[in-house]
Amino acid sequence: MSEILVMKDIVKCYYLGGETQVVLDKVNLTITQGEFVSILGPSGSGKSTLMNIIGCLDVPTSGKYVLADNDVEDLDERELARIRNKEIGFVFQSFQLLPRLSALENVELPMIYAGVPVQQRKKRAAAILERVGLHDKMRNYPNQLSGGQQQRVAIARSVVTEPTILLADEPTGALDQNTGKQIMELFTELNNEGRTIIMITHDINIANHSKRVVNILDGKLIEQPRDSISSGNTIERSV
Amino acid sequence: MIIESIKMSWSNIINNKMRSFLTVLGVVIGVASVIALITIVEGATGSITEQISALGANKITVQAMGTPLKQGLNQKDLSKLSAIEYVSGVSPTISSSTAIVYNNNAETNITVQGKNEVYFKSESKNIASGRGINILDVENKTQVAVIGSEIAQKLFLGKSPVGEQIKVNGCTYTVVGLLKPTSGFALGSTNDVVMIPYTSAMKTLGVRSITSVDVYMADSAKSDAIISSINGVLNEAFNYREKAYNVFNMQDMLNAMGNITGMMSMILAGIASISLVVGGIGIMNMMLVSVTERTTEIGLRKALGAEPGRIQLQFLIESVFLSLFGGIIGLMLGVLVAFVAAMVIDFTLKITVGTILLAVGFSATVGIIFGYAPARKASRLNPIDALRHV
Repeated sequence: MSEILVMKDIVKCYYLGGETQVVLDKVNLTITQGEFVSILGPSGSGKSTLMNIIGCLDVPTSGKYVLADNDVEDLDERELARIRNKEIGFVFQSFQLLPRLSALENVELPMIYAGVPVQQRKKRAAAILERVGLHDKMRNYPNQLSGGQQQRVAIARSVVTEPTILLADEPTGALDQNTGKQIMELFTELNNEGRTIIMITHDINIANHSKRVVNILDGKLIEQPRDSISSGNTIERSV
Repeated sequence: MIIESIKMSWSNIINNKMRSFLTVLGVVIGVASVIALITIVEGATGSITEQISALGANKITVQAMGTPLKQGLNQKDLSKLSAIEYVSGVSPTISSSTAIVYNNNAETNITVQGKNEVYFKSESKNIASGRGINILDVENKTQVAVIGSEIAQKLFLGKSPVGEQIKVNGCTYTVVGLLKPTSGFALGSTNDVVMIPYTSAMKTLGVRSITSVDVYMADSAKSDAIISSINGVLNEAFNYREKAYNVFNMQDMLNAMGNITGMMSMILAGIASISLVVGGIGIMNMMLVSVTERTTEIGLRKALGAEPGRIQLQFLIESVFLSLFGGIIGLMLGVLVAFVAAMVIDFTLKITVGTILLAVGFSATVGIIFGYAPARKASRLNPIDALRHV
């Protein structure tokens, strides 16, 4: 399996009132094609910052980050936007659907920026919405959909461009337990279809749906032993 | 991509109908006032120019005050003037006020003008009935008259005057023609004038010399050359005495007037365009509010791969769209105002392609200038901050 994401000694510092705050402290992470990885940590652990760097929304202070053979160092905003469009599919906690666009149009959005022709765009968006089980909701607007349906639209949007990584930030955070479970099942299915998924969460039960868990605490990564994942309780002890 | 942006802009405008309407109103008022002012000034200028042209843009008027030795021009001077190159004819005017009598109906203080055949050839379209004065009348000093419409009404009380006999300063003249009524600004009106051959006029009115001559040009582009030749003839006629004559070119007056009205319309449009600037500020304000409101949307679009340039373009298109919309409504409103003004002041409305392009160009420029800063602000938003903004 090929390595699609390699982070080496990633450091991210913020400067607040003359004080330097180290948010990520020499993070090393390698993810290969087809993995389903959870990055698990409490709030303030630096997991959001790590997600932003993985998602090319932010750049590290130092260290090397290679995403699908793109060296993310020294890229300007335009090039970062292109990489986000091509390599990353975002799923957010609050869905982030545009309220004035229908489900279909929301799924079309990333393809507009990728320059996909209209006809092809519509066809692909419709196909992917069918895949996530919303074939009868394509013309609906976000406010006419339940939370779980909205998150399905968002997931459809994130995979419609066939990105290298599906990057999900607390994807079940705004959903009830049952719906959350269905969403996690969808992720598992997508992973079984060969998609690489990175999920950021603070919830151990959610993290347990993935095949690999990486803990983050105070800006440092600790790899969770594989055999411990099935019995969730050990994670708390190890952190 | 542009189509996508236009669609998005349209939906944003539609979703904020009231706000968009109020914002656009500023541009509407600005464009409408600029267009209305320019159209009104242009239309009125056109009408005035037309009136003056009707008096003869193709003629040069000579006023010969003369000298103590020679009090005007004589036949020899006239033939010299008509011999000048590019001159198609020379028409002297002898003017005097006298009494006109028809039967027992007398009108005093009527302007009697001595004219020649050149005048009637140039202004032949002004004859309503009968004929004008011809060359034989002039050569034979025939006692015939062509009368204005008002005089005809006063003397003949609606009866056809042609063939009737009137007395001019005691001499009997036969009316051979009736002039068409002149209208409008009444500049150089011939409604209350009696015209007779100038040779007859000199005899009947006891005038010895000619003090006013219209020189008709065959080619008005050659007016400068013609004027200098006229100056030569007149200098010789008056022995190089100063202030013996005046040469007055109608075309010069038209040009001078064109300059003045052109400047006036520029100044008025300049004042009106201040309101356009105010309208532009309104658009800028709305766009800034829009950027703030849509921060999350901008963040999401960026996360999905929208380049900064695209975000900027989208907001720019939106502001141009708004101002163009206002510009088109303003154009219609301005034309409507000008149309009403044209009916009230009585001039012909002229709407040129230039006016339309001006309105469209003006409003698009306003949209670009005042949309630039908000669009730039949107394009520079940090996607992380923008996504966190809820």
